[in-house]
Amino acid sequence: MTRSHEPLLRVSDLTMMYGDRVGCRNVSFELRPGEVLGIVGESGSGKSTLLRSISAQQEPTKGTVEYHTRIDGIRDIYQMSEAQRRLLMRTDWAFVHQNARDGLRMNVSAGANIGERLMAVGDRHYGNIRNAAENWLDKVEIATERLDDLPSTFSGGMQQRLQIARNLVTSPRLVFMDEPTGGLDVSVQARLLDLLRGLVHDLNLAVIIVTHDLAVARLLSHRLMVMQRGEVIESGLTDQVLDDPQHAYTQLLVSSILQN
Amino acid sequence: MSEMLHAKNVAKGFTLHTQGSVTIPVFEGVEFRLNAGECIALTGESGSGKSTFMRMLYANYTCSSGSISVLHDGDWLDITTASPHAILDMRKRTMGYVSQFLRVIPRVPTLEIVAEPLIALGTARETAMEKARDLLTRLRIPERLWQLSPLTFSGGEQQRVNIARGFIADYPIMLLDEPTASLDTQNRATVLALIEEAKARGAAIAGIFHDHETRDAVCTGSFDVTSFKVGAND
Repeated sequence: MTRSHEPLLRVSDLTMMYGDRVGCRNVSFELRPGEVLGIVGESGSGKSTLLRSISAQQEPTKGTVEYHTRIDGIRDIYQMSEAQRRLLMRTDWAFVHQNARDGLRMNVSAGANIGERLMAVGDRHYGNIRNAAENWLDKVEIATERLDDLPSTFSGGMQQRLQIARNLVTSPRLVFMDEPTGGLDVSVQARLLDLLRGLVHDLNLAVIIVTHDLAVARLLSHRLMVMQRGEVIESGLTDQVLDDPQHAYTQLLVSSILQN
Repeated sequence: MSEMLHAKNVAKGFTLHTQGSVTIPVFEGVEFRLNAGECIALTGESGSGKSTFMRMLYANYTCSSGSISVLHDGDWLDITTASPHAILDMRKRTMGYVSQFLRVIPRVPTLEIVAEPLIALGTARETAMEKARDLLTRLRIPERLWQLSPLTFSGGEQQRVNIARGFIADYPIMLLDEPTASLDTQNRATVLALIEEAKARGAAIAGIFHDHETRDAVCTGSFDVTSFKVGAND
């Protein structure tokens, strides 16, 4: 698969301050279509703050986030109207939360969870929506007879897969993931990783994935950014950063992994 | 013979920040050339840095200074300064690497893992699968294992899966890190045949071979990394 050289997303000099406290500082990078960028670092390093600022959930104190929209070309997402930004977030973007309950509506059926995003972009044909929902349940390996069940009756791993289906049904081009395998059993994690890897490849998704699990970062991401105290202290090719880390903090992170 | 890769005045050292910032100098002034159709053995005793040098050729390790240029798509790409995108593209289309370790996502069937590099190059899925089946057969991985993840396989079987994956695409340059280390005689013979076939189609190969027999059988020359160790020429 050939990847376009035109960036899909461009983050420039992004800084998020909470009063005097630094959330993240001076972060710049570009992301191409089909590219997976991992953001690693310990708790409190600013990974989630950065992700929220990039994904239009929290306007940064300084800096810009530009996105190559399908219709209008490159746009600064914080200069768009609220309506345009909402539409972008509902259609071309997706956000997979660590806790599936944050990304799902627990009081409506699995099928409705998937269908809701389609209806938000104007799909009104019940049969089409139901077919799409069934198709996506199958893609994320949930039995289609569970279509009318509530997500609360699903296991943690199934809820996470349902969240992914709900997010990907509108064919987004950019997916944000915040610790998508966190809190899942190791065997469930493996299944989810396999699923994600396949979807990323087949749909040519660009992904920004925040994780503290370096093994997950290695298996999924092309490039890695390492954060400490709100700043990107090292970035580059994933295997280069993990196998030949240059910065003291990255070396500490890598050397702290338990070998098996 | 046409040159495919060259290293010029390359130095490499490691700084261990977590261990009192000890600096370990490894190489200095490395000059290395690799031509199409040849198979060069990287030599030197254990711990001399053969694997380190090979990882530098793959851009898995950085260089402290100097340049390593790879003929990629008809142009020279200096992998010590290239962008991650360019390096990934170089690995996808120009340089194959058979490592000693199998790093794969659990649950993915062996056949998929072997076929993946060829599918990534745009080859039709069924053609890639057919070639994967051929290679796995040649390397004596029983058919009943093809749909299983290789993570449950023995060390020797995992290594053969790695070899199949490394040889499925006809890369112009190949790096082989002890490809025959834990193989029996029959399988070693198969790997030697694969190397000969790669040479015959014009691949430029650099390898680390643990035994003399393998080296003598397939290598056209050798490169002693110890002569570029820091302090070697003092």
